[in-house]
Amino acid sequence: MTAVSQSQVAVRRPAARRSRRSLLPGQRIAYVYVLPFFLVFAAFSIYPWVATAWVSLHDTRLTTYNQSNWVGLANYRNLFSNHFFWNAFRNTLTIGVISTVPQLCMALGIAHLLNYRMRGRTLFRVAILMPYATSLAAATVIFAELFDPKLGLINWGLHTLHLPAVDWQGSKWPSQIAVSTIVTWRWTGYNALIYLAGMQAISADLYEAAAMDGAGRWAQFRHVTLPGLRPTILFTIVVSTIGAAQLFGEPLLYHNGLPDGGTQGQYQTLGLLMYQQGWTNDRLGLASATAWTMFLIIVVAVSANLLLARRRERREGRRVSVVPGPREVVAP
Amino acid sequence: MPRSSRRRPAAVLLALVALAAFVLAGCGSNSSSGPAATSANAGPCGTTANTTLTVGLFGTFGFKEAGLWDAYHKLCPNITIKEDVVEQSADYWTRLKTRLASGSGLDDVQAIEIGFVADVVQNHADQFVNWNQVPNAAADKAEFYDWKWQLASTSDGATTVGLGTDIGPEAICYRQDLLKQAGLPSDPKTLAQKWATWNDFINFGKQYEASATKPSGSHFVDSAASIFSTAVYQGNEAYANAQGQADVANSDGVKGAWGYATTAAQDGITAGLQQFTPEWNKAFSSGAFAALACPTWMMGYIQSQAGDSYAGKWDIAPVLPGGATNWGGSWLGVPQKAAHKDAAIALVEWLSAKDQQVTMWKNGGHFPSNSQAAAAPAVSNATSAYFSNAPVGQIFGDISQQMKIPPIGLYDTQIQQALTTQLTNVETKGTSPGDAFNAALDAIKQVTG
Repeated sequence: MTAVSQSQVAVRRPAARRSRRSLLPGQRIAYVYVLPFFLVFAAFSIYPWVATAWVSLHDTRLTTYNQSNWVGLANYRNLFSNHFFWNAFRNTLTIGVISTVPQLCMALGIAHLLNYRMRGRTLFRVAILMPYATSLAAATVIFAELFDPKLGLINWGLHTLHLPAVDWQGSKWPSQIAVSTIVTWRWTGYNALIYLAGMQAISADLYEAAAMDGAGRWAQFRHVTLPGLRPTILFTIVVSTIGAAQLFGEPLLYHNGLPDGGTQGQYQTLGLLMYQQGWTNDRLGLASATAWTMFLIIVVAVSANLLLARRRERREGRRVSVVPGPREVVAP
Repeated sequence: MPRSSRRRPAAVLLALVALAAFVLAGCGSNSSSGPAATSANAGPCGTTANTTLTVGLFGTFGFKEAGLWDAYHKLCPNITIKEDVVEQSADYWTRLKTRLASGSGLDDVQAIEIGFVADVVQNHADQFVNWNQVPNAAADKAEFYDWKWQLASTSDGATTVGLGTDIGPEAICYRQDLLKQAGLPSDPKTLAQKWATWNDFINFGKQYEASATKPSGSHFVDSAASIFSTAVYQGNEAYANAQGQADVANSDGVKGAWGYATTAAQDGITAGLQQFTPEWNKAFSSGAFAALACPTWMMGYIQSQAGDSYAGKWDIAPVLPGGATNWGGSWLGVPQKAAHKDAAIALVEWLSAKDQQVTMWKNGGHFPSNSQAAAAPAVSNATSAYFSNAPVGQIFGDISQQMKIPPIGLYDTQIQQALTTQLTNVETKGTSPGDAFNAALDAIKQVTG
């Protein structure tokens, strides 16, 4: 759009443009400064996108890479009529929900607590970030040991409580919960820190005003903190959604590096399916179709998030104008 | 974004490969691919110039550990060898495929594993030096077991892509202390008779399970997969027909092996472990199972997992139920685009020769694919102290000579994985063998397309 309006400007007032350019002799150099980024972006983002789309329209195997055949949309048709894809799609969705929802709720609570003045605050703040700094492989291996159905600590704990042992590897829901636990453990602290930063940007005056109006801690959290954090929350939801849709390392390592997501595919995610198609089964065309489908799913999910948030904002905005209160000041 | 550890869409990965192929294909100049015979006056090392040879390997091949690189440097002081190692053979193969597709970045010598040798033979034979046309072709061929040479050759026998390194003749490794405890015979000679067929083996397993004195929680064999992946290669066909096309539904090997493996699973004689997982590794010392199918290289694996304190508790029976067969093994090939082709050919020929294969057996337990090396006293008279002084050289040498090998196909590795995964479901989740087999066929279709 800018390009269009600029050219219109150029048509109408060519002299003005030329003179503006001559006024700023260093302007062109700016393009040179941003060029490296765009070169890298083109090589590692644009080209891969286009190439993946192209490969997804072919029957391609790496071993016969130079003899791939054009098959049109056959890979996509194959994918959508394929129960492996739908299984992975459902698993990605359920694991995404099981991991993201508790993760963000807990992060919010932890951030709220850490926002209070207390002794050793820095220590706690560093501590909650530790899981994030842990290597994914190390964490998953430890969790796989904990969840080991035969020798794991968790089943041992259940046993001492006289509860039946759970098959954390072979059964669908327990295994999905186990994988989600790893995700939750790793990312809760990270999200809490983001929330904490968002909370500190909320003016202390608002809390004072709310306190003066007789709002308790809980009311302050609901009516000052939450509205003030809305953009931050939206950000973490978007990032978590993308992360959940791409979930790969945890379920891979949870089955000892096999991309099948358990012997019955009980926790195979789309990321794993794509990897299995591409590298284990050597069907790059099908894997590329999965990659593009995943990309579209993520775009749809993120757009849905943003749309919901905007609609909510608009609704809130209307209500705020009717009911005056501390929110009016916060919601821009 | 910050979630760096989660994979970005593999689009990036895929495209990088494509990018590499695209860019490198342009750079790779078409080097002359003349016959290797030009090396005749370059001496036994293939060249007289100072040369660094790169050798592409996966896992622990053991050449360096056995001191062979140093030995070769003494023989050919102008040659220095550099290993280019990838840990997992599957990752190594992906990388090799990428380099073959782009025609660039290939090492002077590339290892080829049995899991993908069929693919190399069917799709890349023209990209490797044909060992039928090197100056020493006849002498090279005479060294190897016929079946070993044929697995690396096109079906007409005209092109051979690699010279053999090791092979994996199979016997049965077992815990003699556990069998004794269960009140069953435990000496190798008796067991060789009792385990002549898979049905005998399974019946013996039932006796073990029925024993009142065996350790609680212990089962006879580690997994149904152990039985399956051995028995399947005892058929006339395994996963591919004579033309090398994947064919599981009509394979006598698959049918027989599936029957034995599911019977074993349903009779409860298996420990229900998945091979090469941490649980399986732990079970070598925990006593969770008493026996498993045991190619030569498994001896080293058992020692490393069970540890020194189990020396003398393991033994090897000179038998493989259902007949001799092979599990594993590799070749060394020289790409046509290797930078130092003649020197590479000389190195591979030296590594495949009798003396070096004997050294590899003595230092690391790689059983020779060179039949003269297998017959050498240092191999054929070898015993293993760890395995109760079993005459391992003789046991595996005998089995190597009786070996019958069905054709191998492009997707053997993936097909076997699909079938053994479903066997785990039969063992641990009570899936019916019929349902499991259909599920496996379904997964196999994803591979074969």
